[in-house]
Amino acid sequence: MKLVLDPAQAMLAKTAADFAAKQQPVERLRALRDARDELGYTPSVWSAMADLGWTGIPFREDDGGLGMGMAEVVLITESLGRGLAPEPYLSAVVLAGGLVSALGSEAQRAAWLAPTIDGSKRLALAQHDEGTRFDPATCLSSAVSDGDGWRLSGRKAHVIDGFAADAYVVVARTSGEQHDRDGISLFLVPADRAGVEVTRQWRVDSRNAAQVHFADVALSRDDLLGELGEGLQPLEEAIDRATVALCGEMLGLMREAFERTIEYLKTRQQFGVAIGSFQALQHRAAEQFVEIELCKSVVMAAARSLDEVGGEGGEPERRSRAVAQVSNAKARCSDAVILVTNEALQMHGGVGMTDEYDIGLFMKRARVCELTFGDAAFHRDRFAAARGF
Amino acid sequence: MSELETFREEVRQWLEANAPQALRGRRNDPAAVPWGGRNPRYAYPESADWLERMAGRGWTAPTWPKEYGGGGLSREHERVLHQELARLELPPGLTGFGLSMIGPTLLQYGTEEQKREHLPKITGGKIRWCQGYSEPDSGSDLASLQTAAVRDGDEFVINGQKIWTSGADLADWIFMLVRTDSSGKKQAGITFILVDMDDPGVEVRPIRLISGASPFCETFFRDVRAPVGNVIGEPGDGWTVAKALLGHERSMIGGMAAPRVSLPELAAEYLGRDEQGRIADPVLRHRVAQSEMDALSFQLTVQRNADSLAAGHQPGPESSMFKYYGTELNMRREQLMLSIRDQQALGWEGDGYSEEELLQTRAWLRSRANSIEGGTSEIQLNIISKRVLGLPG
Repeated sequence: MKLVLDPAQAMLAKTAADFAAKQQPVERLRALRDARDELGYTPSVWSAMADLGWTGIPFREDDGGLGMGMAEVVLITESLGRGLAPEPYLSAVVLAGGLVSALGSEAQRAAWLAPTIDGSKRLALAQHDEGTRFDPATCLSSAVSDGDGWRLSGRKAHVIDGFAADAYVVVARTSGEQHDRDGISLFLVPADRAGVEVTRQWRVDSRNAAQVHFADVALSRDDLLGELGEGLQPLEEAIDRATVALCGEMLGLMREAFERTIEYLKTRQQFGVAIGSFQALQHRAAEQFVEIELCKSVVMAAARSLDEVGGEGGEPERRSRAVAQVSNAKARCSDAVILVTNEALQMHGGVGMTDEYDIGLFMKRARVCELTFGDAAFHRDRFAAARGF
Repeated sequence: MSELETFREEVRQWLEANAPQALRGRRNDPAAVPWGGRNPRYAYPESADWLERMAGRGWTAPTWPKEYGGGGLSREHERVLHQELARLELPPGLTGFGLSMIGPTLLQYGTEEQKREHLPKITGGKIRWCQGYSEPDSGSDLASLQTAAVRDGDEFVINGQKIWTSGADLADWIFMLVRTDSSGKKQAGITFILVDMDDPGVEVRPIRLISGASPFCETFFRDVRAPVGNVIGEPGDGWTVAKALLGHERSMIGGMAAPRVSLPELAAEYLGRDEQGRIADPVLRHRVAQSEMDALSFQLTVQRNADSLAAGHQPGPESSMFKYYGTELNMRREQLMLSIRDQQALGWEGDGYSEEELLQTRAWLRSRANSIEGGTSEIQLNIISKRVLGLPG
């Protein structure tokens, strides 16, 4: 595992950064928020990302993708993080798209992957049950056997980019108790199926999120994604990939917030000098610099570890090494993104508290990232378990 | 087979044939690593032979040029060599400030004559070096140093005192900073010079630390003479050389975070495990996880830096970051080990404590110096904020 970008990756990172700077400035998120835009992102920008091929990065070439891996995905999400870009890359491509790619039947892949890659249709993952804390093995929604199919009932919340999605990958229990590892199944359910009700959620980061309720929704054999009752393992693997993608976003976000803060420290004058000349602020800035450097390493390592595991679960040892790297990255980035954005606001002083200034937007998104897919404490626990203590 | 794998095969065969049995498995035993010198000390008699064989291959300084006694290896080949040594749990052939500090500095700033004179004696373990930087009144403000060197014909005559000269009582030569001009800015007028400690004007007194005995010394200079040809770089331009060497020192101290015991295993031993195999105390378990994750993140950052250099990127002022984080990490870890061992970590000597526990007490106390020696943590943060972040003042 080499922790350095190869020339093709360096080129991709540069293209993504240039695109983000032009098409995805923070003002755009602000405008979407002020307009109370229900979709929460810009369809033309999403199409442009698809035209550049980025929506195809992690998909197999015979599904129309580029056959690349997480090492490339994190370059895209890092550039998204810099501009707080709300495009549904993580939800549609990495998370739900990743599950269809890993588990889908010929028919499911044909129906959903090409439209995901060309940006014409959008998938989302309905995993989180209302009233629970994040834990993939906890599942309250149920699909009860009914003739040849099932009847799905459940109340999902915090569904990422869940509003106006075209279909949902739904996590539901088909057997066993609430916390059992066996008995969790995945279904691919079109949004217009009778009994599916979607409500936009308005969150602190102004991004698209939704409650998705399933009221006795009829499911057929064709709606099952993967093997009956064996959904948890692939679900965890998809969430791991999405977690690393999110770490990439957090890295971009914290780098941008930090750079803006350093710029402010150099220009803001008090007591007749730049406030960046004060040692009390210099040392705190230097500590953040070190934290960000560590984050760069752990994100690269986690992405590469997942790529080395390969498909179909991988061998158990490599898999648990990758889990340790993923949890290490998420815990580190969660702590660092909160540190850096809290400090950014403090160092900006009063203007940092104003809505007019962008720093608050970074802090709000940072909090959502921190608490998505488990916070630092969750991942320290998971790291310890993966390392056998 | 790739060229690198051919090399690995060659190394493996050579080690099988040449590595003394007595040293295998002693990789983490500090006593098994010789420091060389005119009067070398060996805890294991086999170490003398091991040093000679390793030096013969140039593998005491694998990446240095062959003409100076090095191995002429690339970083990648060096990594293979280290992996193969680790596979047999072998200690390196030699350690010391010659290899880690003055050697790299001579490669960068020495004249051809100086390199030919000193480098082979370093790689061969013939001369042991120590560092004369700090003075009683010049710690973090190193550039204020006052030890004076006055030109007298072809020689400099040196008077003054150095402190924290690690291993000075066992060293043969000292590389030191002296003041040759007090008229200008304090950074100007400093000269970097090499001095043979055989001179009768050199006096060394060991210092006792809070952890008990220590390698640190005070070193006094009374009319000590060194030839002008022993100056590295230009007279008066020693600060440039000194900073480069500090970079090597910081990399070395930061790199010392390599753990001597596994924290999870230690915690399991002292605290037990629950039915799921978790460390039984949930709070300490989280602290252990945090420490292990910090260590992993640090190690990945060291690797990223090395990979980036190997790919041809320019080095930056990273050494301050490694020094700062590596030492702080090590100190947190030592403190966590006290928490894990509880009252058993408080012994000074005598009955009621295992040998490991007594070592623990001393190691914790010794570790408190990590954030002071080689430039304090605060100085590292100053360097990052000014040289990396470009903050004013």
